[in-house]
Amino acid sequence: MAAEFSTSVVAVRDCRIRLMRGGAGDPLIYLHGASGAAWLPFLQKLASKYEVIAPEHPGFGESDTPDWLDTIHDLAYFYLDLFAALKLDRINLVGNSLGGFIATEIAVRSTQRLASLTLCDAAGLFVDGAVAEIDPFLVSDEARLRAFFYDPKRAEAMIARVLDPKHEETALKNQATVAKLVWQPRSHDPHLAKWLHRIDVPTLLVWGDHDRLFPLQHAQAFAKAIPGAKLVVIPKCGHVPQIEKPEEFVAALDDFLAARKKAA
Amino acid sequence: MRFFNFHLMPYAHADLDEIGRLGSAWVTYPNSHYDPEKGAELYHDYLDQMEFADQLGFDGVCLNEHHQTAYGLMPIPGVIAGALARGVKRAKIAILGRALPLTNNPLNVAEEYAMLDNLTRGRLIAGFVRGIGAEYHSSGVNPAASQERFAEAHDLIVRAWTKPGPFAFAGKHYQFRYVNPWPRPYQSPHPPIWIPSQGSSSTIRWAARMRYTYCQTLSPIAAVARFFQLYRDEAEKAGYEATPDQLAWSNTIYVGETDKKALREARPHLEALVNYFLKMPMQMLLPPGYTDVASMKRVRAVKVTGKTQSIEELMAAGVVIVGGPETVRQKLAEYQDLAGFNTSLTKTQFGTLPNEMARANMTAIAEEIIPRLRDRAPQRAPKQAAE
Repeated sequence: MAAEFSTSVVAVRDCRIRLMRGGAGDPLIYLHGASGAAWLPFLQKLASKYEVIAPEHPGFGESDTPDWLDTIHDLAYFYLDLFAALKLDRINLVGNSLGGFIATEIAVRSTQRLASLTLCDAAGLFVDGAVAEIDPFLVSDEARLRAFFYDPKRAEAMIARVLDPKHEETALKNQATVAKLVWQPRSHDPHLAKWLHRIDVPTLLVWGDHDRLFPLQHAQAFAKAIPGAKLVVIPKCGHVPQIEKPEEFVAALDDFLAARKKAA
Repeated sequence: MRFFNFHLMPYAHADLDEIGRLGSAWVTYPNSHYDPEKGAELYHDYLDQMEFADQLGFDGVCLNEHHQTAYGLMPIPGVIAGALARGVKRAKIAILGRALPLTNNPLNVAEEYAMLDNLTRGRLIAGFVRGIGAEYHSSGVNPAASQERFAEAHDLIVRAWTKPGPFAFAGKHYQFRYVNPWPRPYQSPHPPIWIPSQGSSSTIRWAARMRYTYCQTLSPIAAVARFFQLYRDEAEKAGYEATPDQLAWSNTIYVGETDKKALREARPHLEALVNYFLKMPMQMLLPPGYTDVASMKRVRAVKVTGKTQSIEELMAAGVVIVGGPETVRQKLAEYQDLAGFNTSLTKTQFGTLPNEMARANMTAIAEEIIPRLRDRAPQRAPKQAAE
């Protein structure tokens, strides 16, 4: 596995974060969700076609927790600074869940360095009548991860990875940062919907048809507000298609990016 | 020793089986289980108990703030304090305390406490707490901002009480163009500030440095002794010697005719308190960011929330004192010497304990315990005792 990606530490101003990189091609930045950063099989698959860059957000794992980190907006500005510092352009920006929320907050601020945006079961909007079936902050860690999946049996690997007692401190650090970012307002930004029209890059929404945290109505709300956004629904899939249905997820992303390139 | 009658005002008619099934009486226990007729009756019984405490010679009565729970029916403790301000004629009224981070306008707390201090002509004790973890679920306030909000709200309230207004305040969480609350507190410079905590070392250190009275909630007496020693050590570092008056132990006492009778009478009500009213899953008790990762790890390792405890275990650990008058006197004196406190914050009603039994307990404490221990101070050097 070690040869598949490299790990480095990059600093933007006073904040050092861990960056995983693998593959070659057009740049694809993957923003991870609340459970933390890991080089997972779907990233490896993507690395066969793209230069995959997977940062570990400030406040997570081995990355610093800077004093200035209070809200999701702080992370959006941080990543705009990071893109500039790394001189990255024509980025295909992809985010799942919390990572999708951050990606959206980035895109409404500036799409200057983006080639495309992909939101996968993203947080960010409040959709009346489509509230999460579980409160991820009030159920046990294991129940939370199981609820991510359409088939709870597929949760085992993720449970083993995220809840490994050896990594308890990381899990607690990650959770504290997640609370900072999405506890209140719960997993959404009441001002985000007003500005989704500013997203002027091709946008793909990939959603599990059985997401128990951000049900399909959230995808439809994004689709309605982001000009030209395309929605791909993955059947028999929960909140983390990239983990539960990696082939379908990668295929959907590939098709979208290939069509976009052809059109360009 | 000073004696305060501490009431939680539990909804004693709660459906314990349902609480057991749901895992908690907090946050998600449906309020359809609250019967207003029965609830109103309880409020009046409890208010009467507090006035009775005053008549019996308790030094003070204590209230506190909890939200969305059958554990305690005082989401707005100022309402209860207001109802007591004229009926409780002599005793102090201590609110232990208002949960500062939960409010979006700390000046409301400054105003409420100042009003109560005026109404009681200076008998208010102003408690400040962060609120327990469950409160962050029920209020929606971000637990990761809890410590910052507490510190900022505290500073704002004390400044509002002591610095002539109007002045402007611009913090990270609270901003005001005009800080100029009317009325000002009756006591000068402000009501005594008491800080209850479950034993967070950073809170203990801060309270000691500020010379605020520290109140230890529901803990085994050996842990209480360690926490109080930390307070005294920290006071020493700050250049003064803490007195036993600065340390208050929050306990539950039940006095019966004999040890055996007391145990039998208290058992179901005390076990209802700890095994039903107090119970909550770890995620509810410790939302992420509520405390630092190291403390979080420590509490999770102990798995405090899961255990069912018997009255015998609670007595053996020195969390509660139950017995005939002589036993209770001996235990309380022993614990006073061990931990070095001079204030007992005593729950005389607990869990499902009915009104008549609570009043009999209060009477027994007032007649058999208080007169014999009132002039008692910690006997041994507390430092030595804690080792």
